[in-house]
Amino acid sequence: MEILIAAIIGILTATGVFLTLRGHTFPVVLGLTLLAYAVNVFLFAMGRLTSGLPAVINPAQGGYTDPLPQALVLTAIVIAFGMTAFLIVLALKARGELGNDHVDGRTDGDLK
Amino acid sequence: MNILDFNLPLVALLPFAGALLAAYAARFNRLAAAYTSGAVTLATLGLLTPALSLPFSGETLIQSWTWIESIGLHFAFRLDGLALLFALLILVIGLLVIVYARYYLNPKDCMGRFFAYLLMFMGSMLGIVLSENLIQLVIFWELTSITSFLLISYWQHREDARQGARMALAVTGAGGLALLGGVLLLGHIVGSYQLSDVLAAGDVVREHPLYLTTLGLILLGVFTKSAQFPFHFWLPHAMAAPTPVSAYLHSATMVKAGIFLLARFFPVLSGTPEWSWLVGGAGLLTLLIGAYTALFKHDLKGLLAYSTISHLGLITLLFGFGTQMAAVAAIFHIINHATFKASLFMVAGIIDHETGTRDMRKLNGLLKYMPHTAALAIIASAAMAGVPLLNGFLSKEMFFDQAVSASHASASAWMIPVLVTIAGIFSVAYSIRFIHDVFFNGEPIDLPKTPHEPPRFMKVPVDLLVIACLAVGIVPIYTVAPLLDVAVTGTLQSTLPQYSLALWHGFTTPLMMSLIALSVGALVYYRRHSLFAFHERFIAQIDARRYFNALLEALISVTLKITRSFDKGSYQHAAFWVILASVVMGVGGFMTVSAPLFGERALLPVDAVSLLAGLTLVIAAVLTVAWHRRRAVSLIIIGVVGLVVSLAFVKFSAPDLALTQLSVEVVTIVLLLLALYFLPQTTPQETDRLRLGRDALLAIVSGVAMTLLTLMVLTRDFAPISHYFIENSVPGGGGSNVVNVILVDFRGFDTLGEIVVLALAGLGVFAMLQGLKLPAPTHNQEGLAWNSDNHPPIMQTLTRLLLPLMLLVAVFIFLRGHNLPGGGFIAGLIASVALIVQYLANGIDWTKKRLKIDMHWAIGFGLLIAISTGLVSIGLGYPFLTSAFTHLHWPVVGEFEVASAIAFDLGVFLVVVGATVLSLVQLGKLSKASHPAEHSTDSSAEKI
Repeated sequence: MEILIAAIIGILTATGVFLTLRGHTFPVVLGLTLLAYAVNVFLFAMGRLTSGLPAVINPAQGGYTDPLPQALVLTAIVIAFGMTAFLIVLALKARGELGNDHVDGRTDGDLK
Repeated sequence: MNILDFNLPLVALLPFAGALLAAYAARFNRLAAAYTSGAVTLATLGLLTPALSLPFSGETLIQSWTWIESIGLHFAFRLDGLALLFALLILVIGLLVIVYARYYLNPKDCMGRFFAYLLMFMGSMLGIVLSENLIQLVIFWELTSITSFLLISYWQHREDARQGARMALAVTGAGGLALLGGVLLLGHIVGSYQLSDVLAAGDVVREHPLYLTTLGLILLGVFTKSAQFPFHFWLPHAMAAPTPVSAYLHSATMVKAGIFLLARFFPVLSGTPEWSWLVGGAGLLTLLIGAYTALFKHDLKGLLAYSTISHLGLITLLFGFGTQMAAVAAIFHIINHATFKASLFMVAGIIDHETGTRDMRKLNGLLKYMPHTAALAIIASAAMAGVPLLNGFLSKEMFFDQAVSASHASASAWMIPVLVTIAGIFSVAYSIRFIHDVFFNGEPIDLPKTPHEPPRFMKVPVDLLVIACLAVGIVPIYTVAPLLDVAVTGTLQSTLPQYSLALWHGFTTPLMMSLIALSVGALVYYRRHSLFAFHERFIAQIDARRYFNALLEALISVTLKITRSFDKGSYQHAAFWVILASVVMGVGGFMTVSAPLFGERALLPVDAVSLLAGLTLVIAAVLTVAWHRRRAVSLIIIGVVGLVVSLAFVKFSAPDLALTQLSVEVVTIVLLLLALYFLPQTTPQETDRLRLGRDALLAIVSGVAMTLLTLMVLTRDFAPISHYFIENSVPGGGGSNVVNVILVDFRGFDTLGEIVVLALAGLGVFAMLQGLKLPAPTHNQEGLAWNSDNHPPIMQTLTRLLLPLMLLVAVFIFLRGHNLPGGGFIAGLIASVALIVQYLANGIDWTKKRLKIDMHWAIGFGLLIAISTGLVSIGLGYPFLTSAFTHLHWPVVGEFEVASAIAFDLGVFLVVVGATVLSLVQLGKLSKASHPAEHSTDSSAEKI
């Protein structure tokens, strides 16, 4: 299972990095979203994977998963949303001001 | 509480508070700023008064508070004789300058800004002289550099003011950096940054191998600040400042800060050959260059500027002699120079103010137009020249006496008295020029204004200063002697040496030197025309500013080159290098470790469902990339990735995360869809195969690296730090959902920071979309017109029905959050979805009419509630954000637990709802704003 999660993190990172390096705003936003997934799952996995042991106090339960990475990731998810919102609006603003959606504000597309 | 326990920091800080007050007062009345500044200065003086008597009875007042113990930083102030003298000079001359400036500035100048800067500068100076901690002293030192920059550039519209200010800042700022280095070394040698310890450790410092480095660095600070050769060139350019500023900065304050430091460290650093050579050498050169150049300046203030440089050199040279008597003379001359130079600058300002020029080739014969001013100027210049019965004479005699004593030091030291006398000759010559050229010497030549006497109170400060010059010069014993005694004791930190302030010592060598200086000086002035020609031909071309500017330009071009080689102004380029660098550093770091790549921890078995879900995610992620040029499609597919991630959270015991991820997913997709409406629907094909290949390679390498890194961690055991949270969640936090208790209680401060970020993001979105107009597409990529159906009625009805239910779910999730999966974040997201669905289904206008909550207020209230919960616990004597809980018994319902953390969570909830709804609705409004023509009641093509 750990290998599966590690592979998923790897795929999310790879796809995220590739899209982040594109020249137009929308793919970059998608790329950062994918990277955010990768980072969140990575952080979450740092508490090790446990199944069926949620960190809700219950004397009948044998043990608990590590709640700390979960707390960190929970806020990270919300912050990532805030960042995505800000970024996409930045992209809109750039489009409005510069007339194109290239990350460097260029109009010659990806020629260079 | 005794005022002597805390008044010194207030003395240094009150002017800063006063600066705000003065700036504020100027909004009502421009003169109010001047009066406020005067009152603040008087109040500061009043605060200092109770402590004044202590140094006179031989006590040193120290007020100290621990600030950052680990780096030896204390918030500490000290008042001894030296500090007392300087504090008085700063405050008294400051007060006179304020009175003078009130009349000097013309109605077009902004009074509030001027007096605010002036007071800030005053506070910084007081901070320097009253500091007991050396690091704190450097902080105030830097503040004087910054505030003097503001003062010199006060007339921002003038290029020379801006350039002069920049030069002053560059030179003194660089010196400040050197000083910081020197002070850190000094603290390292002594083992303490407290001045009391440093002053007592003179022998240790002088014998330490780092002594020369320390001395060099500190002297760099001193010489730049006090305009000593070769750093003297900034001072004349700083004359672009308004004259009251020059009068203040170049008589009693700014340039004297360096001198103050020489005096302060005199017991610690002096007494070595290095000290004598460096300090004495710089002083002597500066004295000569300043005195010589001053004679040839046609600008009144230029003459005074070089004269200031020369007098600073004189004082530095005295400290360089290193004897106790020389220190006495130096301190005495500090006082005298401050009085006559401040008054001369003020006179120059008056002349400029009343005639419209400062050019001595035009100014002639002003005696009959302004006799009173002329009298003041004559006395002050005579003091500057060292004429008997004036204060300048006394300290200059002492100076000559010390020069004679120093002449026995070595074989070539006989030159010292000779050179010093030559400087004295020029000093007399330029003093005569200041008087003769301006007030006599025929008639004025086409002045811009007809000269007349200035307003009464513009002269009063000069009157007082000139009276001081006379009083000190005639009866020194009854006037300056006690102050001088106490200041010298404070400087030397030992018993006072025997010295005499008598006017007549008989026919001594110093008197001869004075007489030579006076008579030859007059002769030099008489024969000035041939000298002027010589100077114009050979010397005047040497302009330090040219070298300074060349150096500056070279520096700028080099740094630009370095920057440009990294930053090509392209995001793609930068992002590539940042990612590559992190991969290289990460991998490189692991290369150095010899431990096996993977650990021994037992792995969980894989089940079919997980495998299937994992495959789905991988396929979705790959498809997102493969189809990323068709934007809407890739957006839908990325939603699948998010869903599988939330399923993974369910699988691995993280119900809170699953709920959060799911609701965020919904909001994010809606947001991106809204935005996509305004962006091209497809991304053009990329033609640069090299770049695609390069990026793909980097992506694969990063992916593999992350996979390996994850496996390295997951195959090893670890000792979590979470036991504390799990054990204390119920007894300490009053909730059984540990994740939520961590968020609102254990790590509540982090959460507070995070909701602030979210709030800022929401407000940022709002701000950026204000006034933005984007062309809305009328046709999609296939050439079909956008659908202009009304809001579908079935969806409308359904969503209206769903709203209360969804809100109910949100409330439920919120309330149970402390004990079961849920909480403010998740509830906030669910509530946002509920509201956004209304906007989507019914249109903005319809929803806005019914939902009258301004989301800005929701954000504000949320933050307010969250912070006040924290403050309440402070108020009750607990650390910030400590939560309390209790069990209430409600009829029918039974026992019910109430935790104060729920209030904090409410704040979180409100911020999340506010920021989310604000962002999305603002985007929706954008589409409305972009279709101004076709919209009426049936807001048809509206996308939201």
